Amino acid sequence: MSFKNRNVISMKDFSREEIDYVLDTAEKLEPVARGEERSRLLDGKIISLLFFEPSTRTRLSFEVAARRLGGQVLNLGSVEASSVMKGENLADTIRVISKYADLIVLRHPLDGSARMAAEFATVPVINGGDGSVHHPTQTFLDLYTIRRESHLEGLKIAMAGDLKYGRTVHSLCHALSLYGAEMVFVSPPELRMPPEIVRDLRKQKIRVKETDSLEDIIGDIDVLYMTRVQRERFPDPDEYERVKNSLRVTGDLLKAADPDLKILHPLPRVNEISPEVDETPHARYFEQAFYGVPIRMALLALAMGVIE
Amino acid sequence: MKEKRDLKIQAIENGTVIDHITAGQALNVLRILGISSAFRETISFVMNAPGARGKKDVVKIEGKELSVEELNRIALLSPKATINIIRDFEVVQKNDVVLPSYVEGVVRCTNSNCISNSSEPIKSKFSVLQSDEEGVSLHCLYCEHVISEEIAEYLL
Repeated sequence: MSFKNRNVISMKDFSREEIDYVLDTAEKLEPVARGEERSRLLDGKIISLLFFEPSTRTRLSFEVAARRLGGQVLNLGSVEASSVMKGENLADTIRVISKYADLIVLRHPLDGSARMAAEFATVPVINGGDGSVHHPTQTFLDLYTIRRESHLEGLKIAMAGDLKYGRTVHSLCHALSLYGAEMVFVSPPELRMPPEIVRDLRKQKIRVKETDSLEDIIGDIDVLYMTRVQRERFPDPDEYERVKNSLRVTGDLLKAADPDLKILHPLPRVNEISPEVDETPHARYFEQAFYGVPIRMALLALAMGVIE
Repeated sequence: MKEKRDLKIQAIENGTVIDHITAGQALNVLRILGISSAFRETISFVMNAPGARGKKDVVKIEGKELSVEELNRIALLSPKATINIIRDFEVVQKNDVVLPSYVEGVVRCTNSNCISNSSEPIKSKFSVLQSDEEGVSLHCLYCEHVISEEIAEYLL
């Protein structure tokens, strides 16, 4: 299986076998990601990080991934100081950066921008998040976390919080459907999973349940994937205040949980996970953030063909 | 009676006749074919004409045989339309429209945040799907939004 020159735009572009291959590669690279082993796999390679909107976590983890493999990183710098402010379109920016770098990581506020960038680039493009649609490297790292900390086969997972707007859970649903996972969606009524996603999953014979109560399901799941209820999504501040604390993971809630339950969160969190949970063996969200490094190392190395 | 009906729209010598267009869609058919006021050939059409299977629209384009690809776009709006190629007043070819699997630069994505609605040098691109439950739907190849209703409203 070769990923050389392959773009990473959407999870829908990847089969289960291909996803497994990426996860396997990440696992092999994990000692390098932890700094326990040295690697020069990307020696002489230049990775351009084109971030047109702020995302410190994603940008830093790509930067760490590239540097851990011996690659060099080219940063766009602030958008305000770039040619974008002179009116250059993204297509031209991509054409130019293709001449400088061996791979482009793009983060852009417009939906579908990474797909378009791949049309104009002469080097592989990895989508670091475009608009509100795709963030495939986040989904890869979520899957990797589940595989490393729990299990993908026969998984019972609950996704909780803002399921309406949260792109991470939409993409994760699709990916987990390839593994036949059983899914529970926990949200206030205003933030339910879009019905078309639920319908698609049921069409694929995936067992799906919807509820608004964490208490009802906490004893019956292997993984709880919490998401933040985003203040900016609510036109009415009162409504946000009403629902913001409706789903909260606390020490009390976890008394009814399976001892092997793992809690994930794409971070940043606000108050949906109580700090007391951090010290329990259930909390795996900081490890999850670390797993972004081996996953991004794997994707960089595979796309540039230095691992086949 | 037949003679009267024929008077509504003149026979053409060479060109394309699009028949059995869903009633009321004739103007949208011209739009989807990219035919605007700059088009120099003779075009005639009737709307809401009575037919054996209810009301229909008919468009006749003189002096131009449209490509299969162009004509199949009509299926997005009018899946039962038929295409007649006319040469020397004779129908030399008669086909049903076939739903294309892909359309480019024909429909605007309904997602205002889609890159295809920005000033980038690209055309909109959609894959076209049809299901018994949902009928025809267009899936944006950039942002993955789906248009499944009132496609005519989003014609470019």
